[in-house]
Amino acid sequence: MKELINSPLVHVCLTLIVFILSKKLQQKYKTPLLNPILITIGVVIAFLLITDTSYEDYESNTQIISFWLAPSVIALGYALYSFLEEIKADFKKIILSMLAGSLTGILSVFTIAYLFGASKATMISLAPKSVTTPIAIEVSNQMGGIPSLTVAFVILVGVLGAIFGQAYLKLIGVNDSKSVGLSLGATAHALGTASISEKGPDFSAFGGLGMALNGVITAILAPWVIKLLLLILY
Amino acid sequence: MILIKQIAIFLGLWFLGESISFYTHLPLSGSIIGMLLLVVGLELKLIKTKDVKDVANFLLNNMAMFFIPAGVGLMCHYRVLKQEWLPISVAIVLSGLLILTVVGLIMKKRS
Repeated sequence: MKELINSPLVHVCLTLIVFILSKKLQQKYKTPLLNPILITIGVVIAFLLITDTSYEDYESNTQIISFWLAPSVIALGYALYSFLEEIKADFKKIILSMLAGSLTGILSVFTIAYLFGASKATMISLAPKSVTTPIAIEVSNQMGGIPSLTVAFVILVGVLGAIFGQAYLKLIGVNDSKSVGLSLGATAHALGTASISEKGPDFSAFGGLGMALNGVITAILAPWVIKLLLLILY
Repeated sequence: MILIKQIAIFLGLWFLGESISFYTHLPLSGSIIGMLLLVVGLELKLIKTKDVKDVANFLLNNMAMFFIPAGVGLMCHYRVLKQEWLPISVAIVLSGLLILTVVGLIMKKRS
């Protein structure tokens, strides 16, 4: 029985079915609180605990799903290409906002975690929380964080951004596709971008751009900023 | 056949990106380099839109799903999350709001 359940077939099917059902649930009730990613993660974790299956087993069984993460990041290039002219027209402002956003993100998450008494490893693992998984893992690894913990933070940030990001932006009067896309992409990477994809291809394109630029800038800045902060705080 | 060709292009770009990342030691992941290569390839007409369109749309529409296996990994960090839930959640939420505000307001200015 256990061998039957602990297989790629069962784990992939479970993941897809729960995801489809929770997406239907969200469409029916139209509230961002019923985030399909969050529900699916919760149900799968419960299933693994009940069937006494390790995460390592689930992870290797579902590689056929996570394999497409990198190609889907590459696909953002297609969305970007369609809006290249608009990006060129606003290039300076876009770069400025991304530099400011990336710095704000690293500095704020690090110092706030420090003030509230987080451990050093947690703080470093938190620093690249807003960038897409592969880059975040690299930064965390390089600086002495815990890469798998960083992945957990990246997902948490992504889910929170997907649930509350749009509502908050509306509150502060940010509505156009360029500003919404760039800020959500820079804050909550691919999950933030996915949450606005239904609003139109321009939203996805700028989300992808925000995610890419923030990833690039953070990958370059984070090691220096972390080193400096560690020097000041410890 | 059309889909297979398109998938092959994406995997080829991915491999090219990984190779560049590996040999140049750029602080960029292979997928991000692959994404930039796709933009350049399309702009220079080395890659035709019709050769990537369908798979690109499929991947973009289902991006969130590909994160689920990584997200389930949250279960491995139960202890840290329980011990340090306060600094972690305050830092994540406030920092997220700050980034949204900074980027959103700079972009909104004069646009």
